[in-house]
Amino acid sequence: MTARTNRLGRGALTGLTWLVALLFVFPVIWMVVTSFKHEVDAATDPPTFAFTPTLEQFTTILDRGFLPYLANSAFVTGLSTLLVLLLGVPAAYALSLAPVKQTSNALGFFLSTKMLPIVAAIIPLYVISQNLGMLDNVWALIVLYAGMNLPLAVWMMRSFFLEVPTEMIEAARVDGAKLPTVLYRVVLPVVAPGIAATALICVIFAWTEFFYAVNLTAAQAGTVPVFLVGFITSEGLFWAQLSAAALLASLPVMIIGWVAQNHLVRGLSMGAVK
Amino acid sequence: MAQVAYAGASRIYPGAHSVRAVDGLDLCAGDGEFLVLVGPSGSGKSTALRMAAGLEDVDEGTIAIGDRDVTQLPPKDRDIAMVFQSYALYPHMSVRENMAFSLKLRGMSKADVRVKVEEAADLLDLTQYLDRKPKALSGGQRQRVAMGRAIVREPSVFLMDEPLSNLDAKLRVETRANIAALQRRLATTTIYVTHDQVEAMTMGDRVAVLRDGVLQQCASPQELYGTPRNVFVAGFIGSPAMNLLTLPVDGGGVKLGELKVQLPVRAEQGEVTVGIRPESLSPVGAGEDGFDLQVQLVEELGADAYVHGTLAGHADKVVVRTDGRTPPKLGEAIRVAPCDTGEVHVFDPESGLRIGAE
Ligand SMILES: Nc1ncnc2c1ncn2[C@@H]1O[C@H](COP(=O)(O)OP(=O)(O)OP(=O)(O)O)[C@@H](O)[C@H]1O
Ligand SMILES: [Mg+2]
Repeated sequence: MTARTNRLGRGALTGLTWLVALLFVFPVIWMVVTSFKHEVDAATDPPTFAFTPTLEQFTTILDRGFLPYLANSAFVTGLSTLLVLLLGVPAAYALSLAPVKQTSNALGFFLSTKMLPIVAAIIPLYVISQNLGMLDNVWALIVLYAGMNLPLAVWMMRSFFLEVPTEMIEAARVDGAKLPTVLYRVVLPVVAPGIAATALICVIFAWTEFFYAVNLTAAQAGTVPVFLVGFITSEGLFWAQLSAAALLASLPVMIIGWVAQNHLVRGLSMGAVK
Repeated sequence: MAQVAYAGASRIYPGAHSVRAVDGLDLCAGDGEFLVLVGPSGSGKSTALRMAAGLEDVDEGTIAIGDRDVTQLPPKDRDIAMVFQSYALYPHMSVRENMAFSLKLRGMSKADVRVKVEEAADLLDLTQYLDRKPKALSGGQRQRVAMGRAIVREPSVFLMDEPLSNLDAKLRVETRANIAALQRRLATTTIYVTHDQVEAMTMGDRVAVLRDGVLQQCASPQELYGTPRNVFVAGFIGSPAMNLLTLPVDGGGVKLGELKVQLPVRAEQGEVTVGIRPESLSPVGAGEDGFDLQVQLVEELGADAYVHGTLAGHADKVVVRTDGRTPPKLGEAIRVAPCDTGEVHVFDPESGLRIGAE
């Protein structure tokens, strides 16, 4: 291939990348734009870019008691992810670097828990929560979210642990390290990007979870997604308000994603770069 | 300093077809000795080494280091250091931290660790790389870090599993010499695994040849080359391999084509396997005593050329070393004779064992 066609090809590819990226990001941009509109500007047809920006929607949302929902979401997401890591890291280690006869069965079992649609489990879950007096309680959500993310997290982290060369672990053992030292000083630092990537995915899933939240919580333990549906009313959609609320709801995840970006990319491509 | 003694040591991998990866190994690496384990792929070299390291169970027999039975001890209590084929460096630690890791775990003071690491770095020419991560090093430098990590510990035994196989040919020759010199200087007992017989022959005080987990012979390189104990060792040591022909015995000799070769030993058997190294054969003039060889392939290596051919009336291949300046042509027939009957090895075709001279 000549240098020229090469450059042309690369230009086309760059253009295409931009196009696809814009396609993905457009709804988000539109949401951001809409959130700064007055409700009347948001409802115009055709849509308009010419409007006087306002923070009115955000103040309305805060007035409607957004913060408690945000706090619930943060608490539930944070704690359930922590729980997943506490249980999942040792499980992933055992299932990858210290396998036994039943390892593949255990892995199959983990996966099988994801096979039942949650709709099928919601009534028993509701009844159990009710009997335990855990309806509208953040702790119920924490347990459920941890349970929901754990199988995925174990599978993901296992694949990262499998990338750890056994010889490196053996070298550490010969160097005089006991199991905890091997784990904390040698294995964990190497798989850290993978664990970060896993944690981020758990955070996203817990943050955006709607079905459990809407069925098992009300005013006390409601999370952000539950708050968002409050804008879909019988009088119609309040686009500007909904956009502002959605923006606030997605902001934390975006920030975490941004911060974790380098880790995430490294974690997700760890297998590729030897 | 210590010796390493395997006594009837076996490693049997469990499973439907259990594998005797190392089978009743009796072998002793003397104090300060450089012992090389060599054998074809899958012969159990790594397994034997890992048994000494404590990374592999010993299912039968025992292993002793010095005067301690270490069969049941974990790796960290064996006072050994290991160099892995992949080097197995800690990727998140700098070269300095890699080397210091074991010392820190032992609770050595920071100042002492520093001194030790810098000494080792100096010895291995690594001083300028001390603060780099392994991924910013070349293959040869990584190899030296792996060596450094082993020597800072001042262990009583070094165990090395093909430490040079990831290096290019030139660097391998260089590093080979460096490791051998370093070992002589430190006088630390070393067991070194390789499948490269040049490494085995040039580095080892003694070389142990393994096949299918069974020790075939353990001897000095000269002895291994000069008096291989069986057909396997004869064929394995030396490159190109020794010519091995199974021929009927007739009046204390065998017939190679038209040439009658007197056996150096008395053979009771009706047939024997005769071994002659390519370098023990040479072309002779057309009228002289010898046998004819139909040339099928000529490998020219510069100084020498190896001629592959078949013996008239025989299916077996024979390789002959000739002068590289005047190699014969393909399809020609050349006349060949052994340079010296003393270099004819005789083996029992049934058992494969060497006949005569113990
Ligand atoms: N975990 C295992 N389970 C079953 N069999 C094994 C296992 N590890 C090794 N083996 C078998 O044990 C034998 C010896 O293996 P080993 O790795 O010691 O060979 P090696 O001489 O080091 O070979 P190479 O030169 O290829 O490294 C082989 O036949 C191998 O298939
Ligand atoms: Mg090996």
